[in-house]
Amino acid sequence: MKLSEQVGPYYGEYGGRFVPEPLIAALDQLEATYEAMRIDPGFIAELAELHKTYTGRPSIITEAKRFAAHFGDIRVFLKREDLNHTGSHKINNVMGQALLAKKMGKKRIIAETGAGQHGVASATAAAFFGMDCVVYMGQVDTERQALNVARMQLLGAEVIPVTSGSRTLKDAINEALRDWVANVDTTHYLLGTVAGPHPFPTMVRDFHSVIGYEAREQMLELTGKLPDAVAACVGGGSNAIGIFHAFLDDSDVALWGFEAAGDGVDTPRHAATLSMGTPGVLHGAKSYMLQDADGQTMESHSISAGLDYPGVGPEHSWLKDLGRANYHGVTDAEAMNAMKLLSQTEGIIPAIETAHGLAGIEHLAKILPAGANILVNLSGRGDKDMETAAKYFGLMGDK
Amino acid sequence: MSSVNDILLANRESGKGSLVGYYPAGYPTLKDSVDALVAMAENGCDVLEIGVPYSDPVMDGLVIQVATEEARAAGFVLRDLFEVIRQVRARVSTPLLVMSYWNPVLRYGVEKFAEDMRASGAQGMITPDLVPDEAAQWLEVSQAKGLDRVFLVAPSSSNERVTANADASKGFVYSVSTMGITGERATLDALARQLVGRVKSMSATPTCVGVGISTAEQVREVNGYADGAIVGTAFVKAYRDEGLSGLVAKTKELAAGLG
Repeated sequence: MKLSEQVGPYYGEYGGRFVPEPLIAALDQLEATYEAMRIDPGFIAELAELHKTYTGRPSIITEAKRFAAHFGDIRVFLKREDLNHTGSHKINNVMGQALLAKKMGKKRIIAETGAGQHGVASATAAAFFGMDCVVYMGQVDTERQALNVARMQLLGAEVIPVTSGSRTLKDAINEALRDWVANVDTTHYLLGTVAGPHPFPTMVRDFHSVIGYEAREQMLELTGKLPDAVAACVGGGSNAIGIFHAFLDDSDVALWGFEAAGDGVDTPRHAATLSMGTPGVLHGAKSYMLQDADGQTMESHSISAGLDYPGVGPEHSWLKDLGRANYHGVTDAEAMNAMKLLSQTEGIIPAIETAHGLAGIEHLAKILPAGANILVNLSGRGDKDMETAAKYFGLMGDK
Repeated sequence: MSSVNDILLANRESGKGSLVGYYPAGYPTLKDSVDALVAMAENGCDVLEIGVPYSDPVMDGLVIQVATEEARAAGFVLRDLFEVIRQVRARVSTPLLVMSYWNPVLRYGVEKFAEDMRASGAQGMITPDLVPDEAAQWLEVSQAKGLDRVFLVAPSSSNERVTANADASKGFVYSVSTMGITGERATLDALARQLVGRVKSMSATPTCVGVGISTAEQVREVNGYADGAIVGTAFVKAYRDEGLSGLVAKTKELAAGLG
C-alpha cells in the first residue's frame, strides 16, 4: 500500500483511541460522518467553494531568492499559507470540520489554542456558520498572545483561560476534552492538529493535504520537477503533514520537520518531541511525547506558543520510525534569526512557529546537493508575534 | 480476603448495598493518604479506589485535579503507589483497586505494574482512559495474574459497547452516571438508572455507579438499582477542608445511606 493511503486508527503502533468511554460515541459519530462526507461530491464541492471564495485558495508560491542567497547554491520556495484568511494554514482544517459539525447538526464548537491561530480560525468559522464558539487557551498563552485573544473575542467567541497544570496548550486540550465529555450532544470539538483520538489525525491531515497537493502541481509548473526537499515546522504537526502528504510516495523528495528545540535539546527547556521524546499515550493517541520515567507528561518550552506542546501527531511518529521523514530541532535563537532574515530579505514577516521551518534551511543547505530546490510551508504570518519579536530584538527602545 | 465481586454481591443480597471510596495516593502526603484510606475503610467503605496522581487527568473535575497536582508537587512518584497499597493492606482487609490513567501504567510496563499491584496487595485496576478496544495487553496480563479490571460504560455507549465493556470487566463495570467529569452534582441523572438497567439486562457483571455522588440520599438511591455507589470528589473535598476528622465524618455520613 502507498504511504499516502494510510488512514487511522493506527499508524503502525501509533494512534488509536485512548479516551474515556463517554467520548467513544461522539468519535464514532464523527468518524461515520467524515467517512461519508470525504467521498460525498456535494461536500467536496461545498468545501472547495468555501476555500475559493472565503479562505483564499489556492495559496501562491513565492520564490525567496534573496533569502536563499544566504545559504549558498539552493532555491527556496515558500508555500504562502500566511496569505489565507486569518493568516495561517489553520483555516483549512477549521472550515472542513465546521462544515462537518453543521452536517452533524451541532450548534456549538469548542477548540483549544496555543498561539491563538487555531482559536482565531475556529472563532472565524463559528461566526461564518452562525455557531457558538468557546476557545480554551492556557493562561500563559493568553498573556503572550493577547492580541489573538482580542481577535477571538471580537469575532464573538468566548475565550476561557485555563489555569490547571502547566497552563499552556496541553492543558487547554485537557479542558476542551472535559467540556466535550459534558456537552457531547450539542458540541463538536474542533481539534486543531493531527493529534488526538481517531479520527482526528486522519481527518485533520486530509483537510490540510490541500497544501501539498497544490504545491506539488505548482512546483511542477514552476520548475518542471518535484522539489528535492519539503520542510515545515512541527508542533502537533498539522502544517507539516499537510504539505508532506502529497509527497509521501515520492521517495526522491526528502521530508523534513523542524521542531522547537527551545534553549537547546541538550537542556530541559525544549519541545522537540520526535527528536528527544519516547512513545506514550497523551490526549487520546499513542505517539512520541515528552514524559518522565513515571509516564507523567513533561512541560515543553518554546518561544513559539504554537509549538510549545509535549506531544505530536501519530502519523509523524510512524513516518519517523519508517525513516520516511526526518525531524530536527531548531532553537529559539535560530528561529528568531530566521524570522528576522526572511523579514529583511523578502519583506515577509513569518510567524515564529513558521520561522522554525525557515531556520531549518540552513541545516538542509549543508546536506543537500548544490542547486537543490527546497519547498517550505510558510504556515503563518507573524503579526501576532510582534510583541514577542519587539521584546526579543529590543525594537521598542528608540525613544 | 473476599473479592470485589463477592463483596458487592453479598452486600446486594443482604440489602445493605456498597460504598466504593476513591482517594488519591500521596495527598497531601504519602502517610496522610494511607491514614485517609484506612479511615475510609474503617468507617464504611466496602471497596477502596486508590487514585494515581497524573499530569493530564481528563476525566477529573477541579477538586481531584488540584489534589493530585498537590500530591505530585509534594513529591509523589509512581513507586510510592505500591508503598501506599502495602501500608493500607497491612491495616485493613478491604479490597483495593488502583485507579490510573493509562500512560503511567504503560510507561512503568503493564506486566510489571500488574505484578507490583498484586504483590503489594491490590485486587485490580480501574482504567478511565483505556477502553477494552485498546486493552489487549492489560486484558491478558490481568487475566494471568488474577487481577480485577474495571472498564467504564456511559449513557452514550451503544448496547454493543455496554455488553462488550461489561463482559470485559471483572469485579464490576463502572457506570458513569452522567455525561461529564468527576465532581458533585445536586441531582443524579435519570440516565444513570437507565444505563444500569442496560448493563443488568446485557451482562452478569456487577455494576457500580460513579461521578456526581456526594450525599447519603444519593448513595441510597443508587444502591436501589445498582451494586454500589462510587464517591471520590466528596471525600477529597472533606479531607481538603477539614482533614482526617472531616473525612471520617463524611464517610460515616455517606455510609448511613446504605441499608
